[in-house]
Amino acid sequence: MTKITFIDAKGEARAVDAEVGATVMETALRNAIPGIEAECGGACACATCHVYVADDWTEKVGQPSQMEEDMLDFAFEVRPNSRLACQIKVSEELDGLVVTTPAKQG
Amino acid sequence: MNEVVSTDVAIVGAGPVGLFSVFELGLLDMKCHLIDILSRPGGQCAELYPEKPIYDIPGYPVINGQELVDNLMKQIHPFGPTFHLGEMVESLEPLGTADRPLFRVATDAGTTIEAKVVIIAAGGGSFQPKKPPIPGLDAYENTSVFYSVRKMEHFRGRRVVIVGGGDSALDWALNLHPIASRITLIHRRDAFRAAPHSVNAMRALVAGGQMDFVLGQVTATKGEGGQLAALVLRKESGEVVDLPCDDMLPFFGLTMKLGPIAGWGLNLHENLVPTDTEKFETSTPGIFAVGDINTYAGKLKLILCGFHEAALAAQRAHHYVYPDKKLVFQYTTSSTNLQRKLGVS
Repeated sequence: MTKITFIDAKGEARAVDAEVGATVMETALRNAIPGIEAECGGACACATCHVYVADDWTEKVGQPSQMEEDMLDFAFEVRPNSRLACQIKVSEELDGLVVTTPAKQG
Repeated sequence: MNEVVSTDVAIVGAGPVGLFSVFELGLLDMKCHLIDILSRPGGQCAELYPEKPIYDIPGYPVINGQELVDNLMKQIHPFGPTFHLGEMVESLEPLGTADRPLFRVATDAGTTIEAKVVIIAAGGGSFQPKKPPIPGLDAYENTSVFYSVRKMEHFRGRRVVIVGGGDSALDWALNLHPIASRITLIHRRDAFRAAPHSVNAMRALVAGGQMDFVLGQVTATKGEGGQLAALVLRKESGEVVDLPCDDMLPFFGLTMKLGPIAGWGLNLHENLVPTDTEKFETSTPGIFAVGDINTYAGKLKLILCGFHEAALAAQRAHHYVYPDKKLVFQYTTSSTNLQRKLGVS
């Protein structure tokens, strides 16, 4: 199993098991992680699964696609390490991934 | 006050389930008015994922959101529903009795509909503008901070800051440019989703010194009494500056909010409307809830479940609209009566 840690805006961490091939957004919903709304259900159409990827993971997670970058315009407090969790696929290489959820999604 | 429209059924929400309700009600001779806050029918299917394939619509191995909406519009065409688009239902007032219900539905655009039955097919609620989490921003709402432009004259001679990179942001930057004393566009990056010709027009104005464009994000406000004096802006370089202004227009897209439904006395459970599973009727006789907005034991938020709910709700709605008529169940495959209504007989 691949572990992913979600840290909320107040700093509380929750480590959960993620299935390889699922998205980080799906992993959050399955584990009732607060701070991920995923209003559109993973269509890269709403920017309510915005996360900040921890600095030492940004390279492995990679850069957003053009479509995701466009959609990030609808998120608040976007930073260079901002990603939409529905566009990050869980792989074995991401075991130990840490992401932080923003104070407000939508 | 505007004229009151009388109809059999008022449907709140024109997403796939609201649209299919028109079909099921139409087969039973009930006329419908639909109200939706979006400017086109289709709800989430059209707004959030028009090009996303859906794999669980019976009979369609794959169909995308917009195709499904287009097909539903074609399917309900014979019943001539009336659409009130770009309007949000603000109030729902019962006028009748439990046996003979009657409701007055009023929208924020001044439309008033009297209907014997109301079907709430509001999905996740109404799409409303996303509000940036800038501390204290709500104190300026509708006086100095606006999420839509209702009166362009308000902006005459004022210093207006527009935030965002989509069509709304660019269109309003260009439209308000001749009216405002100065337009400043703020966006987090030097790339825009908006139509290229709007982006080019904006860039030409900026190059000519007639408009400002700043890369950055707004982090705080300054002002008092509902009047902005300045926005605190963190530029891309990290530098934090004050940007004096009179008005701000943030355009961060839409999000679904339950909205006025909360005030309709429907005994909401976690922002959902509880119904029975026989008629999908709410605690108020004559008000039904179908699709993602309702809840009951075993509820699944699937379009196909909403279709089923609409069919059963229509049976009960018939009882309210035609209390003296007996309803005989018929199939569209064999009933010449239904086929006549569909215009195929």
